[in-house]
Amino acid sequence: MARAGLGAGARGRGRAARGRDERRSGQGRREAGPGRRHEFPGAPAPPSRSSRHRGRLARERRNEPAVRPGGLVDRRRAPHRGVHAFFQCIPSRTVVYPTIYTAWRSLYDRSGDNFIWFDNYKTIFTTDILVTAVKNNALWVAVVPAFVTAIGLIFGVLTEKISWSVAFKTAVFMPMAISLFAAGVIWRIMDQKEPERGTVNAMIGVVSDWVNPPGPLPSAFSASPTLTGSDSQGFTLRRPVAPGGTALMPLTGIPPEDVPAGAEQAVQPEPQSGGITGVVWRDFKPGGGTIGKVEPQELGLPGVTVELLDSGGAQVRSTTTDPDGTFAFEKLAPGAYRAKIGAQTFQAPFEGIAWLGPSLITPAAMIAYIWVWAGFAMVVIAAGLAAIPRDTLEAARTDGATEWQVFRRVTVPLLAPVLSVVFITMLINVLKVFDIILSVAPGSVQDDANVIALAMWRTSFGGVNDFGLGSAIAVFLFLLVIPILLLNVRRFRREV
Amino acid sequence: MAVAAEELRERPVVVEETVARRIGRAATRLPLHLMLLFIGLLWLLPTFALFMTSLMTPEDYNSFGWWKLLSKPSLATWDNYSSLWHDSDIPHALWVTLLITIGGTILPILIASLAGYAFAWLDFPGRDWLFILVIALLVVPLQMALIPVFKIYNTLGLFDTILGLVLYHTAFALPFAIFLLRNFFLGIPKDVFESARIDGASEARIFLRLVLPLGLPAIASLAIFQFLWVWNDLLVALTFGRETQPITVAIFSNVRQFGNNIELIAPASFISLAIPLAVFLAFQRYFTQGLLAGSVK
Repeated sequence: MARAGLGAGARGRGRAARGRDERRSGQGRREAGPGRRHEFPGAPAPPSRSSRHRGRLARERRNEPAVRPGGLVDRRRAPHRGVHAFFQCIPSRTVVYPTIYTAWRSLYDRSGDNFIWFDNYKTIFTTDILVTAVKNNALWVAVVPAFVTAIGLIFGVLTEKISWSVAFKTAVFMPMAISLFAAGVIWRIMDQKEPERGTVNAMIGVVSDWVNPPGPLPSAFSASPTLTGSDSQGFTLRRPVAPGGTALMPLTGIPPEDVPAGAEQAVQPEPQSGGITGVVWRDFKPGGGTIGKVEPQELGLPGVTVELLDSGGAQVRSTTTDPDGTFAFEKLAPGAYRAKIGAQTFQAPFEGIAWLGPSLITPAAMIAYIWVWAGFAMVVIAAGLAAIPRDTLEAARTDGATEWQVFRRVTVPLLAPVLSVVFITMLINVLKVFDIILSVAPGSVQDDANVIALAMWRTSFGGVNDFGLGSAIAVFLFLLVIPILLLNVRRFRREV
Repeated sequence: MAVAAEELRERPVVVEETVARRIGRAATRLPLHLMLLFIGLLWLLPTFALFMTSLMTPEDYNSFGWWKLLSKPSLATWDNYSSLWHDSDIPHALWVTLLITIGGTILPILIASLAGYAFAWLDFPGRDWLFILVIALLVVPLQMALIPVFKIYNTLGLFDTILGLVLYHTAFALPFAIFLLRNFFLGIPKDVFESARIDGASEARIFLRLVLPLGLPAIASLAIFQFLWVWNDLLVALTFGRETQPITVAIFSNVRQFGNNIELIAPASFISLAIPLAVFLAFQRYFTQGLLAGSVK
């Protein structure tokens, strides 16, 4: 796409503005970018000179009406006039009138019979759901355009350095062809909470379990008061043990399917002179059994890490249990020791982040949205980068600038117009974000994920059918978009 | 002689240095390549995940992730697609979407190319004011017109019809399309028209034989993104369609019970995105060629 766009620029230049520099032609292309709707960067590349040309043409038209058919047709009988006026009716009838109507309707109540001044606007800022929508939209505005622009810039700069940039760009740009609604469905599947099913949590889980490996007994706890502690601290025997003594460490709360593979019948440890022996076992058998006593049908717990602490609490030794749950510390100096089952035994595996829950639903939707729009930013910014004169960068490098300095002091300032186009375009898009929320957010959290455009639709058509309030929300949205568009128009004028 | 000997002595050394440097540079670039490869795959992953999910039975979907299909391909099945094709309203929705999209692409482009030509090269009273109006309409968000057009459509009987949806998309596409085509047409050299007129070509002939072919790059790109826009639209269709459901709305009405009918949502979503994706990729090539080939010959 980028190439296509540049091709247009280059062609326009070659034909008409041969002497103009690369940058100028790049901008001509970019000006086509900020449209009203979701834009595609490959879009329309009016020949670069058109903007420059417009002024000249306007002048020419004033002086010399020769633009009309070679002076052959009388001005008042221009053949396309009637046809043209007819076609103009369509946008004016279906866009101009409704705009005025909506503004007017927003001053009436739900029935449309009573004029209530600005009460609907007051409602926007006093109803909880609508206030949430405004707050969420503010968050979108604060986060997403900046993120998309930054990602686009990073990708754009990095792809310049690789030979397979076309493949990379296609991969990143591809989501642009997908509807935001389908993108939402995709991310709803990706964001499922269980790491066994949700792709995002599965990937986080791999990293998380690597950093904090899950222990063999995540749900176990102490079976008797002789063993105290908690899952996060580990369990320690209350009574100190001297060499020659035994340490019985009963655990419970272990469902049969969580019993480590290869567990055998637990064995009462034999005392050993000069050492401490012990057993870690599942102190439970069908029918109950006696607490703290190794009985038939009770299984030893293999693979459990047992630590031996001295009287000061410092770790002296550490070992792991055998299939029958027994362990032994041999040849110990005389003294009082404490046996402890370390916390890592009880480390729970990663359980998944509730992306689709009420608190994270907005970030989840934002991630999906950024996934879609990053390609747009990348392609536009890459086209802008390609238009930066090479000699400027080379000059900076020759003067001894590092790559980072070149990027920070030369590339970014030269790219500023392109970056602002991307940023402003995203700002407008984000204000109107709608479909992705409907598909990412499950029905129960849609109030938490609400945004202005969604609130407008739900108020007007989603069952409430309050056209007065709905109109007010639409006007509010319109008012938010206007200043940004004016900013855009001003920038556009300056560049012309 | 001495120089030649030195050259002989030094040349291999130089070659080795370059090779070493080249390898060294490749090695320093390697992390960059790996990182970009990772990012690229990361970006493809969600779409791939949807495709794999669409091949799973609902029972499988509820018990494990799609990646298990990679190690056990026998779990994959096309059943979802065949039951989608035979027992659901999705094929009809696809047909409706296609009609709306074709209408909503051709109509605005037809009108906008006429209007763009008129704004660029014909002189008529009030032209500049009309053009300013068109520019002003660029700023109006879609939401502003939903309620009044809803009422108008109810009166005119256009509610819940394909024509109604096509007209709404046309109306909102026109300002931008006119703006764009007018600017593009302005870039066509004036001499082209003048020589055609001297040769005796009529306005209609100039439009058909000169303006349209010369404007093809702009028209083609406009067509592509209008196609994508209309195909991917949810808001307009959701508001003005009940029985006339394009595919996004048909999927939307199933999304409410997300866990329960994933076997329908996943394949339908995949079909709904595969078509615009294919169109986009196919036309991208044509589009690039059209732009690069140049039209003035």
